[in-house]
Amino acid sequence: MDLFSWDGTLSYKEFAVAAAPTFVHKWERLNSSSPSWIWMEGYLSLDNFCLLPSSHQESLFDANLIQKEVNEEETIDDDDATLVHSNKSYDGAHYYDFHIVYSASYRVPALYFRGYCCDGRPLMLNEIEKDLPSCSAKVLLESKWSFITLEEHPYMNRPWYKLHPCGTSEWMKLLFLSDAVMAKNGLAIDQYLVSWFSVVGQVVGLRTPIKMVKSIHDN
Amino acid sequence: MKGQSYVWEGAIPLQIHLHESEVTTMPAPAPALVLAPRIGYLPLLLPLVKPHFASALPPGVDTPWFDYKGLPLKWYVPTGVLFDLLCHEPERPWNLTVHFRGYPNNLLMPYEGEDSVKWNFINSLKEADYIINGNCKNVMHMSQSDQLELWRSVMNGSLEAYLRASSKLRLGTVEDEYTLDLDLCKPKSPKTSEVDVAGQVKAGKVPVRLYIWTVSTDFEDLEDVPNIDSWDKISYVNRPVEFLKEEGRCFTLLDALKTLLPEFFNGNSMLNEEPCGLEDEEDKQNAPEEDSISLRKAKEGKETSCQIAESCRKGGDAEIKLVRIQGIEPKLEIPFSWIVNNLKNPEHFLHICLYLKLPIVNTA
Repeated sequence: MDLFSWDGTLSYKEFAVAAAPTFVHKWERLNSSSPSWIWMEGYLSLDNFCLLPSSHQESLFDANLIQKEVNEEETIDDDDATLVHSNKSYDGAHYYDFHIVYSASYRVPALYFRGYCCDGRPLMLNEIEKDLPSCSAKVLLESKWSFITLEEHPYMNRPWYKLHPCGTSEWMKLLFLSDAVMAKNGLAIDQYLVSWFSVVGQVVGLRTPIKMVKSIHDN
Repeated sequence: MKGQSYVWEGAIPLQIHLHESEVTTMPAPAPALVLAPRIGYLPLLLPLVKPHFASALPPGVDTPWFDYKGLPLKWYVPTGVLFDLLCHEPERPWNLTVHFRGYPNNLLMPYEGEDSVKWNFINSLKEADYIINGNCKNVMHMSQSDQLELWRSVMNGSLEAYLRASSKLRLGTVEDEYTLDLDLCKPKSPKTSEVDVAGQVKAGKVPVRLYIWTVSTDFEDLEDVPNIDSWDKISYVNRPVEFLKEEGRCFTLLDALKTLLPEFFNGNSMLNEEPCGLEDEEDKQNAPEEDSISLRKAKEGKETSCQIAESCRKGGDAEIKLVRIQGIEPKLEIPFSWIVNNLKNPEHFLHICLYLKLPIVNTA
């Protein structure tokens, strides 16, 4: 497909058959220290992710870090420690379940998530906000109702937080257009979730290792 | 569109009881009788309901919610849809229970006053805008006062005010195409000659929310009353219907359902052999009693859908037992465009309640 006439969306089939397996595979290969995303017959799931109390994670949520990371690519392996799998338990740690669900209305993926304490008590939005990177907390404040909303998880039948997917197709198109290799070789729809998560993951503090995005074309 | 005005006037008589655990007076307060607009939402009735029970309530902070036979009702689903889905046999008045304490946070989205309902409505409208126009700009660019005017028209059930406020949304341009489509179905319509349809036929997208309850005749135990006692028994499908208009052929409600649910109808001719209509009255009445529940084993919606799909692959198409939209049970050969134009809700979504009977799977 021609990248310039592409509208930034993908079909459910492209999501399920191409983009999701590529994402799962890459995540597994390049984040061996982290738990894997699992395909749940319709959506992707990463459960029980542990975020340390905020004093430990300030550096993680520094918006400047993304730039810093590009400069200090060699050393980034070290900060995997900020995201820890739940095998170890920490006092005051927050746990998150992340699900990537296809939205048939917007024809893009949408991130659903919920957070809870180690005793299982669900986190309220104001507690989650404290876990969010400072840049997204600001957006959240400015557009309370359209950025992160509580919506019913279409598969779980329960209220989950959701990043609103309304603008996704527009920035995905820009993201793909700015990719030199893709501009040359055409649209690589199987890379959709890798690119998408490199942006969305930042909003919730789940950074995609730079290696993952860089390796979009080295399959 | 006459249907639209009927829909806007549609209301369900409710008899609302205060939950016994919250009654602090002797005798317990009498139930409140309220007429609930179909297109409205249950919390919007609270200004009428709460004063009725105020004197009987224990002290504390109100967190109002409703249940029907123990099932907490989702306030973000229009009242008419809840009634159509959960009352197999329309019950009038509909007996609901109101609670002002103990909000089921794990089951229902939080309710923080009328604003919650309003923003739920606006977000749905935005979603519909995206489906119809490919972006949310019409809704996003609406001024606060226009949004408020639109919302008030829904709250007050004023179709006239709604039509005035929503004309600014330009979601109606798609409607005109459906009107065209409608004309195609009636070749004798005087309009047809004026319209050059040949080159103009293109795809349209309709925002649809489907609520599916599945039954299976394999289930023998008829003793239980077939109440839907958990939302996990309802498969919720939120997919737009995309259709191409073909000259000389109408896109029907059945076509729309087949397009929406390929996992239930994978092309077997079973449906075509059946008369294109609903079962006769007798069948409809029997349907709810036939099986009390679907898929008791299924804990979650996703499992339900998977099992259903599996069952359909093995045993052919599912059978449509009941389609209910805005309280009526339309024939399956009705043009889908008519259904959409007349029966959609004010947030531009068509809500369809569907009972499906799964094909019997031979496990031998």
